[in-house]
Amino acid sequence: MATLQSLDLQRRSATSGTPPAARKTLEVAKLIDVSKCIGCKACQVACMEWNDLREEVGEVTGVYDNPHDLSPATWTLMRFTEWDNPDTGNLEWLIRKDGCMHCSDPGCLKACPAPGAIVQYSNGIVDFVSENCIGCGYCVKGCPFNIPRISKADNKAYKCTLCSDRVAVGQAPACVKACPTQALVFGSKEDMIAHGEERVADLKSRGYDKAGVYDPAGVGGTHVMYVLHHADKPPIYAGLPLAPKISPLVEMWKGLTKNVGLLGIGFAAVFGFMHYVVNGPNRVSDEDEQAAAKLKGDGT
Amino acid sequence: MNMQLSRRQLLKLTGAGAAGSALGAFGFGGAEEAMAQAVRPFKLARATETRNTCPYCSVSCGMILYSLGDRSKNARSEIFHVEGDPDNPVNRGTLCPKGAGVLDFIRAKTRVKHPMYRAPGTAAFKQVSWDWAMDRIATLMKEDRDRNFIAANKDGVTVNRWTTTGFLAGCATSNEAGWLTWKVTRGLGLIQVDNQARI
Repeated sequence: MATLQSLDLQRRSATSGTPPAARKTLEVAKLIDVSKCIGCKACQVACMEWNDLREEVGEVTGVYDNPHDLSPATWTLMRFTEWDNPDTGNLEWLIRKDGCMHCSDPGCLKACPAPGAIVQYSNGIVDFVSENCIGCGYCVKGCPFNIPRISKADNKAYKCTLCSDRVAVGQAPACVKACPTQALVFGSKEDMIAHGEERVADLKSRGYDKAGVYDPAGVGGTHVMYVLHHADKPPIYAGLPLAPKISPLVEMWKGLTKNVGLLGIGFAAVFGFMHYVVNGPNRVSDEDEQAAAKLKGDGT
Repeated sequence: MNMQLSRRQLLKLTGAGAAGSALGAFGFGGAEEAMAQAVRPFKLARATETRNTCPYCSVSCGMILYSLGDRSKNARSEIFHVEGDPDNPVNRGTLCPKGAGVLDFIRAKTRVKHPMYRAPGTAAFKQVSWDWAMDRIATLMKEDRDRNFIAANKDGVTVNRWTTTGFLAGCATSNEAGWLTWKVTRGLGLIQVDNQARI
């Protein structure tokens, strides 16, 4: 177990009590401007290179999405959509870089039952700590964006780390650094929102009057944000959720049910102890002993 | 594992287990350990950085090659990471998917690492030394140039053309290498020069 803390923790899965909060590090964010993306996949390659991942060579099925889905070795993926714009009659080619959104209120972390398998650093990054992961898959259910994937090799969950190892030493994520069109930019969350607003104003001046920044409030905002030219219809971008929320099942299971359950366990423990104090241990009566001897059949 | 458990022992054990996990759920234990968490160590901290130019297209993006070791005598260098050079004015740190994945090209098993020679009339390539290859190229060039060099056209105007040989040069060239390519080829009188980088 590492003893050095290279990033300050803000939250830790399945752990009561909060980490020390005296230090507050700079809140960071990545902004993905889909209107500037050319779908070259340099981000995908840079991600695999930096994180020492190699996806298996797959098969072409006639679409540009390659690989076909996120996987334990594919932490970011360009998703391509052909969309008929009913207002203009134009065919629009929408390209969205999919990957972990690093929610301020992470559903994966809330759902996770393994202490410390999912952590949130005070800079906003949500990270999986594989050595603590038990591979239950609750994070998959908890994620409103369908991001984590369980590895068949080691039964642990994997996803984008926002290059926490690079950010920890003051570097930008590998995908952002590689991007040749500046569709990806990285900086403080504040600056990224400001930059996003600038881009939205520019898009609006070009006729995209529904342009906007995607920073959904349902998960407390995210540390990976999009600039969308059709911000009123996120689902057209390969199923980006309109209003993502943590599943009510996870909220209930980890909220009310958990507390009631713990109360029940506590009550049972106290009741058992008090019962022992008042009544003492259970004694075996003579009749029981005789019945048992009869059943055993040895006549003793 | 084969354990002999009586009914009573089994109940005791499972009870202890349940009590343990209940204590965990209540939040006792592990608080100090919980805070000791670190991200993956930064893998480039003491790597050797070498500047180079991307070998693919004529844009010639600047790259930094990160290799193992500090170039000391017993440490064999091996490139393990490549990213864009932020100080290069061409790409300012960015790379395209081919450039970003150049590590697998560098380490490809099928990569050609030596001059290869296929003799006329044979089917197979064989490995040759750089000296041998350079000598042979120079000899053939000289022979061809001596035979076909055109010093003057039919009107007697000096043209110094050598039209029977072409020259192909790569892309990973700096301004200086591009200047040298130009000087060598034009100095010999070569007309057909193609170079991926725009010299």
